[in-house]
Amino acid sequence: MTLKIHQDHSRFKQIVRGKIKANLRKYVQKGEMIGKKGKDAISIPIPFIDIPRFKYGHKEQGGVGQGDGEVGQQLGPGAVEPGDGHQAGQGEGDHALEVDVTLEELAQILGEELQLPHIERRQNEKIITQKIRYTGINTTGPESLRHFKRTFKQALRRQIAAGTYDAARPVIIPTREDRRYRSYKLQDLPETNAVIIYMMDVSGSMGDEQKEIVRIESFWLDTWLRHQYKGLEARYIIHDAVAREVDRDTFFHTRESGGTMISSAYKLCRDIILADYPKSAWNVYPFHFSDGDNWSADDTRQCIEMLRNDVLPNVNQFAYGQVESPYGSGQFIKDLREAVGDTPNVALSEIADKDAIYASIKDFLGKGR
Amino acid sequence: MPKSLTPRLAALRDEIHGYAKEFGLDFFDTVFEMVSYDEMNMVAAYGGFPTRYPHWRWGMEYEQLSKGYEYGLSKIYELVINNDPCYAYLMESNPEVDQKLVMAHVYGHCDFFKNNFSFRHTNRRMIDEMANHATRVRRWVDKIGVEKVEDFIDRTLSLENLIDQHSPHIRRNPDPRRAEDELKSNERVEGFKVGREYMRGYINPSEFLDSQRKKVEDEKQRAKKFPERPQRDVLLFLLEEAPLEPWESDILAILREEAHYFAPQGQTKIMNEGWASYWHSTIMTRRALRDDEIIDYADHHSGTMGTRPGAINPYKLGIELWRDIEERWNKGRFGKEWDECDDLRARRNWDKKLGAGREKIFEVRKHYNDITFIDTFLTPEFAMEQKLFVYGFNDKRNSWEILDREFRKVKSKLLQGLTNFGQPIIEVVDGNHENRGEMLLAHKHDGQDLKGDYARETLRNLQSLWRRPVNIITRYDNKGVMLRFDGTNQTEKKVEL
Repeated sequence: MTLKIHQDHSRFKQIVRGKIKANLRKYVQKGEMIGKKGKDAISIPIPFIDIPRFKYGHKEQGGVGQGDGEVGQQLGPGAVEPGDGHQAGQGEGDHALEVDVTLEELAQILGEELQLPHIERRQNEKIITQKIRYTGINTTGPESLRHFKRTFKQALRRQIAAGTYDAARPVIIPTREDRRYRSYKLQDLPETNAVIIYMMDVSGSMGDEQKEIVRIESFWLDTWLRHQYKGLEARYIIHDAVAREVDRDTFFHTRESGGTMISSAYKLCRDIILADYPKSAWNVYPFHFSDGDNWSADDTRQCIEMLRNDVLPNVNQFAYGQVESPYGSGQFIKDLREAVGDTPNVALSEIADKDAIYASIKDFLGKGR
Repeated sequence: MPKSLTPRLAALRDEIHGYAKEFGLDFFDTVFEMVSYDEMNMVAAYGGFPTRYPHWRWGMEYEQLSKGYEYGLSKIYELVINNDPCYAYLMESNPEVDQKLVMAHVYGHCDFFKNNFSFRHTNRRMIDEMANHATRVRRWVDKIGVEKVEDFIDRTLSLENLIDQHSPHIRRNPDPRRAEDELKSNERVEGFKVGREYMRGYINPSEFLDSQRKKVEDEKQRAKKFPERPQRDVLLFLLEEAPLEPWESDILAILREEAHYFAPQGQTKIMNEGWASYWHSTIMTRRALRDDEIIDYADHHSGTMGTRPGAINPYKLGIELWRDIEERWNKGRFGKEWDECDDLRARRNWDKKLGAGREKIFEVRKHYNDITFIDTFLTPEFAMEQKLFVYGFNDKRNSWEILDREFRKVKSKLLQGLTNFGQPIIEVVDGNHENRGEMLLAHKHDGQDLKGDYARETLRNLQSLWRRPVNIITRYDNKGVMLRFDGTNQTEKKVEL
């Protein structure tokens, strides 16, 4: 059955979409969105979607409330109805409506706005996984899924109906029949698998600003690839003179120092691919970020050799992003460009600052591989 | 789409209907329809109506309601339309006890709609009217294009609160005095009195007569532009005076009519919700509730009555006030003798066994709105019992805090929030400002400044309807300010008040 309101609803979504699109460049540059990410959706503040009126600023207005407390006592956060925009001030960004946009939708918008081609998959093998969804309440089930509140409520209900409830001594004892359990269903989820292998140079010359750029950019890469592949894994490698695999959090927050041996990362990347991600079942996307200041020409040669022989033949696309830093001379991207620049599944991008992220995403994803 | 009641629910409805009648409630026929939660969200997004004109904000409302429901943050229990017959919705998935509670609650609302004076002039065929509005707007959309129509609605909605909230009915016709002026100004221009006929050409040369005629004509034109008195109903003023296309006038008239229809609900929120709650609670606890339903009923009822420190729950405040009035009139706690008694013990034990409470509340529900209700019946004892306080924002601590528990302040703040439905009072004072066809609005400042960015945006929207520059005089930080938008630029200048 379709509801009449769906027309208005999709019109609303269309407007929201338009607003996001119009502001996409701004959103891309700002890291704040990433912090607001939920499981499947992200909250985006949309400016100016509500209807302006002549009205009072809520903060100036105040109001009447109800409850305990001395004069002068602060009301806890969330106690006061947010009213219409908190600030009575002049800021334009004031009246923003927070809209939940699914990552799926965000990816679509990103794709449209950057005119990203859809990725051509190397393999279409479907892997089916199952997912548990809790759908309701049942009178039977395993004890671990017992719903305590419902159980006690049922017991209370029965005792009152039977007249055995004593208000003076409110003891509730559930019997077997009172027990309620959460019930679930298994759902099949078809998946096409892909893996992103993030590599980052964490040598002394990569500062906080450079890492922030990597963090923002990887969010968008994640979002896009997740839109293309339902099952997406991510692996993280940091390196200075040596490389090691870390978790996501460490990846973005480690501070190391010392020299840079990019080959160490590529070696680890190659090993991971060969061990865990056979070409027949996986779409593989290594992304490497560095300021491009490698230890030696010799090491660079090793990198290129490894790329040519072991990495490129086994991945959908290899991407290298060179983040400008105050120290980096940035030779590495030039070397790569000379050596493998013509290879179709290599994407190279220079990222001067946050403003450049937008274009860089296109460099990386624009090939549709 | 909505389904009629199952036999079981129909029987329950008849039962509750019987109790409502027994207690003396008086309402239009009431039609209950079963809806799914999705339909409930839709109907709620449409303000209770099954059909509204197309607009994205219903979609926004729907999205927020659905999300609130899915996350378990909120759930709409009752929805009832002021119409004859009244329409109300029951959500299919609700347990029986909730359905009973909702029915009892709904009969309370229906009684209120039928009897309270604020609703006397509302259109009781509003369901049909709303559907007609929808058809008209859709036809304009087909003719003019969705973008243009939607854009115009957006701009008009921005002015939607600029109606005369407290006027009991819509004044559709212009002021009769204008018609009178129109008649007067049609009188012939006579010129000076002429004693000798042959002098006429000298005393009243035709150029002079022409210029006199022109003056009268100009005067008439100008008089037409000016509202004679400041006009609160800005939408009406626009409707009559702005150079609108026929389709624009039509849509403006539609939106104005809808705004007026909803105004009384805003003005009686506390009374109305309180009244409905009073009756669901009375009907349920005295008659309808079965033993095994008590827990769920209490759970639901207390959920509805829950308060949080920084807000007034109209259900809670309303029901408590109704009960307080009933008790006072039952015990004779009113009148000169009561007011003048300052013996605390005597007051506490005061009971004249008048038993006039029920009768009193039925009378009150007829003749009051929230403002007069609070003004008349909120007592210091009540405010203390209910722990009411005034809160405000402390800039230094960047948080909300309790400012005062003094009765007078609580009451006046409460009333301030209800005056003009908590909206600033804005009037058209001049439709031909500086003789240049500009519009001049005045904000009746009552100690609270307008929200600046919103005011400027609204001015922009007003200008697009008026098509000439628009101005508003208000006050910021106690200084007179005139905001102006001329179609291109926003300006702001100081003015003496």
